[in-house]
Amino acid sequence: MSTRVRWRKVVSHLMLAMTGVCALISVSVLFFILGYLAFHGGSAIHWEFFTKLPAPVGETGGGMANAIVGSAKLLALASLIGVPIGFFGGVYLAEFSGSRTAFVVRYSADLLNGVPSIVIGIFAYTILVLPFRHYSTLAGSFALALLMIPTTLRSTEDFLRSVPRSLREGAMALGASRWKTIISVVAPAAYRGILTAILLALARVAGETAPLLFTALGNRFWSPGWNQPTASLPVMIYQYALAPYEDWHEQAWAAGLVLLGLILVVNVIARGVLARGMAVPRS
Amino acid sequence: MAQAFVRSPAQVNITPPPPNTAAREAPSAGSLRMSVSKANFYYGSKQTLFEISMGIASSKVTALIGPSGCGKSTLLRTLNRMHETVRGARLEGEILLDGVNILTQDVTVLRRRVGMVFQRPNPFPKSIYDNVAYGPRINGSKMPISDAVEMSLRRAALWDEVKDHLHKSAYELSGGQQQRLCVARALAVEPEVLLLDEPCSALDPISTAKIEELLVQLKDLCTIVIVTHNMQQAARVSDYTAFLLTGQLIEFSPTPQLFTTPSDPRTEAYITGRFG
Amino acid sequence: MAVTATTVHGASPKAGSRTFLAKLRDGDEVARLITFLFAMFVVLIVVFLVFELWRQSALPRHKFGLAFLVSSVWDPVFDRFGALPFIYGTLVTSALALFLAVPLGIGSAIFLAELAPPRVSDMLQFLIELLAAVPSVIYGMLGIFILVPLMRQYIAPALKATLGFLPLFQGPAYGVGLLTAGIVLATMIVPYIISVSREILLSVPRDQREAALALGATRWESTWKVVVPYARAGILGSVFLALARALGETMAVTMVIGSTPVISSSLLSPGDSIASVIASQFTEATGDLYLQSLVELGLVLFLLTFILNGFARLLIVLTSQRGSGLENA
Repeated sequence: MSTRVRWRKVVSHLMLAMTGVCALISVSVLFFILGYLAFHGGSAIHWEFFTKLPAPVGETGGGMANAIVGSAKLLALASLIGVPIGFFGGVYLAEFSGSRTAFVVRYSADLLNGVPSIVIGIFAYTILVLPFRHYSTLAGSFALALLMIPTTLRSTEDFLRSVPRSLREGAMALGASRWKTIISVVAPAAYRGILTAILLALARVAGETAPLLFTALGNRFWSPGWNQPTASLPVMIYQYALAPYEDWHEQAWAAGLVLLGLILVVNVIARGVLARGMAVPRS
Repeated sequence: MAQAFVRSPAQVNITPPPPNTAAREAPSAGSLRMSVSKANFYYGSKQTLFEISMGIASSKVTALIGPSGCGKSTLLRTLNRMHETVRGARLEGEILLDGVNILTQDVTVLRRRVGMVFQRPNPFPKSIYDNVAYGPRINGSKMPISDAVEMSLRRAALWDEVKDHLHKSAYELSGGQQQRLCVARALAVEPEVLLLDEPCSALDPISTAKIEELLVQLKDLCTIVIVTHNMQQAARVSDYTAFLLTGQLIEFSPTPQLFTTPSDPRTEAYITGRFG
Repeated sequence: MAVTATTVHGASPKAGSRTFLAKLRDGDEVARLITFLFAMFVVLIVVFLVFELWRQSALPRHKFGLAFLVSSVWDPVFDRFGALPFIYGTLVTSALALFLAVPLGIGSAIFLAELAPPRVSDMLQFLIELLAAVPSVIYGMLGIFILVPLMRQYIAPALKATLGFLPLFQGPAYGVGLLTAGIVLATMIVPYIISVSREILLSVPRDQREAALALGATRWESTWKVVVPYARAGILGSVFLALARALGETMAVTMVIGSTPVISSSLLSPGDSIASVIASQFTEATGDLYLQSLVELGLVLFLLTFILNGFARLLIVLTSQRGSGLENA
């Protein structure tokens, strides 16, 4: 073997090893994050975290019960608004639309998907906070719903389209109308993919902070109803991490662990179990 | 009655032609460029080649024919160890190039000496020039690259058609031209053996004719092994033909002999179109 | 000869001749209408969004005009606002993030697509996608508590000791700053580059690799000189997509960039980005001009990401049409 060939082989092995190192580094970031959060957050999690309200500024103790409930409310309302729009919009694209309207709708959804979440927050502010002159859970939910719509819409369309013609034709040959076919045959066949997409969208907006900063704002107390500002986990993490109190830092770690834990669990369930073998929508 | 003609596949070797035919002589052991010895090929746990032994004559065209799935492409790809790019593929046995077992040799060196042209033209998304220059550039070339490129394109009978367009994308060529480009690209590293895996199956008859013409001229330069499902093509271009069936080598003889007086009834059945 | 006119009763009406009400009774038309409305809602929202961004930034647009984009003064007290420090901070942190993330991302993608056995590749891809699901605010928290002290105590002094002659690494190092933000951003966009690039590399036809190997190329030569160039456009698209994400990243950047609207040649200096100034100052903006200047910044950000996303998608589409020249046979 000539030296030239030997050199080329050395280079080949070296460069390929480097790519392995790159992959290793990339993946270990995940474990690093998890490990660190578990380490720091684990020690700060106790029953009070889940049940108590934040203590007055300067005092130690307290918890994030209102933030947990607040996040839950925000996500519930956001799903209520965003999922139907995304789902039915997707149904329209897959089943009823002509190609020109389809192009316009898809393009809009893609555009919406690319808008930075803080700009979405500005939009929600201008239409739901400014006119009413107060921050609210509703405004926050609206912003989050806008973030959920594009992926829900595209995924619904894709998964509905992927249902084979033969299934539809079987139903229609038996006399079912278009919409009956969709409800009874097509949608059930595609439900796993669509549900996965919805869960992943939910997991994504659960961690969103920026659009809530000036819509739902924050609250150190409970927030009854939908018209008042509300605390949420991500915003609390942001505020507590930046504050000068050590005690608050600990609570931020705990909140981070809880938030990330929930998000990852949903992701693993959605991707690993529900969507086994399917092409998963990219966020 | 047919007993006289039935040989078990493991015993089929190159034999001198029966004295009453006008067949050319089979290659003697000394003029073999490559030889395959008791080759068994497995894909996972499934065996797809059984005890293949044959010789590839130097500066001649050897054709491998047989019905779909008989293993001819698999056999071809072991000759330059391309089977190693597939996970789960395993080869047992010996394959010699000029007397040296290729399985113990360095694979990149081997592939420079044994080149390959694939079934569908697969030029790189580069210019015509860069496609042909790729091999010499990475392997090193004794002559200036541009000379190597011109020489290869001439040998592939493509030079006149592309000499003024060398920097155009290879994708602008027609299918037949792209395949000749792939031949040129393979020739540019000056291989001793050239393997062609059904090179004309994606081409129109005129391009096919051009490539067949090319092959006959090229055998002075290098030894050629061609897999083809087109028997007439094998009859036209090759000096020796091997007939494979379900992973076994049924018959291997000089081409005229195999096609006019095949020794095995299965060969006769295949070439007369009774199956395949 | 009697001509009898016959009327056919009960025949189905010709298409298009039914009344609207008749169509409504047919469930399909209702379904079509309802879903159409939902789909149109999406279009309307987008139109409305752009409209509001434009409308709610009217004051500074009329007052400063295009000078807004090049003025480096951000002074709420005297009502003078300019976007340049934030555009600068956004571009610098994003460029830095790309500089770090692209080699790492493409290298990882090559490993996953070319080298790793399929099951390992899928498993690692799964983990990478989990990484992409980590919220920005958590990256920010890790940035503040881990990276900032590291930067201040070890990394910045080391950089200044070795490369301090470059204006890039001069000046005091507080830990927060452009470099820190760039590093955090890089960690956040790597998963996107890996995911998209891996998919694109996997879609390069087998026979390209085989052709290279059959010419005697080593694995690396086949990958780097044939497969990657083949996938060039798509990989570039993935980089643009990652860049578009980096531009809009808010929380992690806000927490580590230092929130100081200055333009400095040093990477160690604190700065600010468009997204992070909006995040930190929006609720405290007093006066319409202040608030609307922030909205105008949002408009600028929107336009930037819009253009980039457009490019990115174009490139990815182009790559999937590769090899259409082979149809010339």
